[in-house]
Amino acid sequence: MGRKVGIEVSIAAADAAALCDVDVVAAYPITPQTHVVEHLAELVASGHLDAEFVPVESEHSAMSVCCGSVAVGARTFTATAAQGLALMAEIVYIAGSMRLPLVMFLSNRALSGPLSIWNDHSDAMMVRDCGWIQVFCEDGQEVFDAIIHAFRVGEDPQVSLPVMVNVDGFVLTHVIEPIEYWTKEMVQKYLPPFQPVSRLTPEKPVSMGAFGMPEIYLEQKMAHNVALLNSRPIIEKGWTELAELTGRKYSAVETYKVDDAETIILGMGTICSTSSLAVDKMRAEGKKVGLVKLRLWRPLPSDDLRRVLAKAKDVVVLDRAICPGGGNAPVTSEIRAIMYTEPERPRIHCMIAGIGQRDVTPDDVCAMVDMALSQSIKDYHIYGVRG
Amino acid sequence: MKRRLRELQPFDKEAEERAIELGHGLHPDDKYLKPGRIPHIWCPGCGLGVVLTCFIGALRQKQFGVDECAVVSGIGCTGRVAGYLDMDTYHTTHGRAIPFATGLALAKPDTHVAVFSGDGDLFAIGGNHLIHAARRNVNLKVICVNNFNFGMTGGQAGPTTPLDAKTSTTPLGNAEPGFNLPYLAHASGAIYVARWTTFHPRQLVHSIGESFDRTGFTFIEVIAPCPTGYGRPNKLGSGLEEMRYYRDMSEIRYGADPADAEIKLRGKILVGTFEAADRPDFMETYRTQVIARAQAGGKGKGRAA
Ligand code: SF4
Repeated sequence: MGRKVGIEVSIAAADAAALCDVDVVAAYPITPQTHVVEHLAELVASGHLDAEFVPVESEHSAMSVCCGSVAVGARTFTATAAQGLALMAEIVYIAGSMRLPLVMFLSNRALSGPLSIWNDHSDAMMVRDCGWIQVFCEDGQEVFDAIIHAFRVGEDPQVSLPVMVNVDGFVLTHVIEPIEYWTKEMVQKYLPPFQPVSRLTPEKPVSMGAFGMPEIYLEQKMAHNVALLNSRPIIEKGWTELAELTGRKYSAVETYKVDDAETIILGMGTICSTSSLAVDKMRAEGKKVGLVKLRLWRPLPSDDLRRVLAKAKDVVVLDRAICPGGGNAPVTSEIRAIMYTEPERPRIHCMIAGIGQRDVTPDDVCAMVDMALSQSIKDYHIYGVRG
Repeated sequence: MKRRLRELQPFDKEAEERAIELGHGLHPDDKYLKPGRIPHIWCPGCGLGVVLTCFIGALRQKQFGVDECAVVSGIGCTGRVAGYLDMDTYHTTHGRAIPFATGLALAKPDTHVAVFSGDGDLFAIGGNHLIHAARRNVNLKVICVNNFNFGMTGGQAGPTTPLDAKTSTTPLGNAEPGFNLPYLAHASGAIYVARWTTFHPRQLVHSIGESFDRTGFTFIEVIAPCPTGYGRPNKLGSGLEEMRYYRDMSEIRYGADPADAEIKLRGKILVGTFEAADRPDFMETYRTQVIARAQAGGKGKGRAA
């Protein structure tokens, strides 16, 4: 068992990547991601990590460097946020469809404009369909474990896909938490050396990034989708073995007091901690409320979600991104879609909150649940707007 | 839990004008600065305030009204300038000040369009835009505050960080050389190239004024202290000590070859006006070539009257 330290989550995340012996780190500074790369740069400079640190001139270049380095078989890590992700988006899609298994730490931040450095999920939702495995973390320990798990799953030859680890900017990246570190031996046992399915090598030349003509493009897209869907058992296996090593068991959908719950709150990331306090409060008032934390955003664990949510009367989804002009918000729309075909389905309420880091307290969560149950809000409600 | 949110205060223009008329306790630059935005967020000893004051000084010298100019900036500490100036300003996304300003300058050719941004913004993500705008000779007045690092995000290495300099991403010294900005601007086609430090405010005001007199792409680099980001790891001391360094290590040489203007860590700083040439700007070339040809029915090499 590793040592437990009180440490800033960003620094721990960098240490986790370093423990995985990454070969290449390419990143461009952007708030609130900077501490992750700064610490990795320190580790490389001090000789603690034998890797190339590439201080590129833009995020577009960062993701391009990452694609190149994975293509030759190097274990690769990067980190960014909001505008940085927007700039690298072109290559993010390419990394997904070319099945290049790199790992990205995304410190979730609101997209401009207006310019904001604060937290919400609008950046992650912008690249929802990039074909990566995407997970959301609630606390520092989850972040640490998720990064090691990400390399293990993404690099698995049956998966070979990039993984995005979503970490709420500031509210999680910049807090100091007790985190149990893995030992080097644990990581070596858990994470085999990177053996890419195909790589650029003079011994066996391959072409990557070729044209997908109309005769083949669709099949390629289908193959990518199937690969993402099929990654699920490997993701689960990764979590099972992680539990054997650390005693911490993760799953795609996690629940809190849902067994007899009539109302279920559903969220992703740090808002779940807040919501669990709200659940306790409402339980104390005799209300049958539970919480579902969705960790695995892609591939969406539809089966587990259906099983858990079908029993409830009401589901209140806390969405952390606005979908202007749309029917509701990204997470709600998925939940409504997968529940639509169920014979018995709950009412699904969409509450958009915590945009641009507008604070959401447990009282706010209680208020949102009350509002959802007592008022007939049709499509969605944006909570806490002033004026 | 009670939430405390700041009340939104609509800006009281009348009250401000009254205060200016009375001249009561106001700073002389106040009519150029957005009321309520000062004090600024820059660190003690930062050079950005000096550069902003010089810019305002040049506007005053040229007797430009706030409605004759527009200022476009990118992201970073220097980018904040757009928020402080009380005129038409635009705070663009990272690196994109120049393309935005290009659109502005072409649509409003009578406006003086200044691009006020940092080295990290103009030469990292924005590098490509800068060289192409210089090549086209778009009528833009670029003022680039160079403090050798990405200050706002916490002092990481950037495109101007000199070889061996320490930053938060190069803790043992930078393995890459930095750009020689005047040389790059000159090679890309800028018609006016100058460099000053924050120790040279008079020359800087004059230089900015000169750049406003010219039609075409002008480039002024201002070396400025960033004691928080770049100064600390490189042991350059406080902002004041950096000013002393500029005093001791600057060499004024007008007309110097920009190729000689490279800055090494703790090395000497060549300052002055390096280039003041003339060549038709983008608008003029477009009018005399493309439009004239189109008016001649697409035939021959028509020239506008
Ligand atoms: S970080 Fe540097 S450039 Fe930014 S305000 Fe502080 S001293 Fe100035």
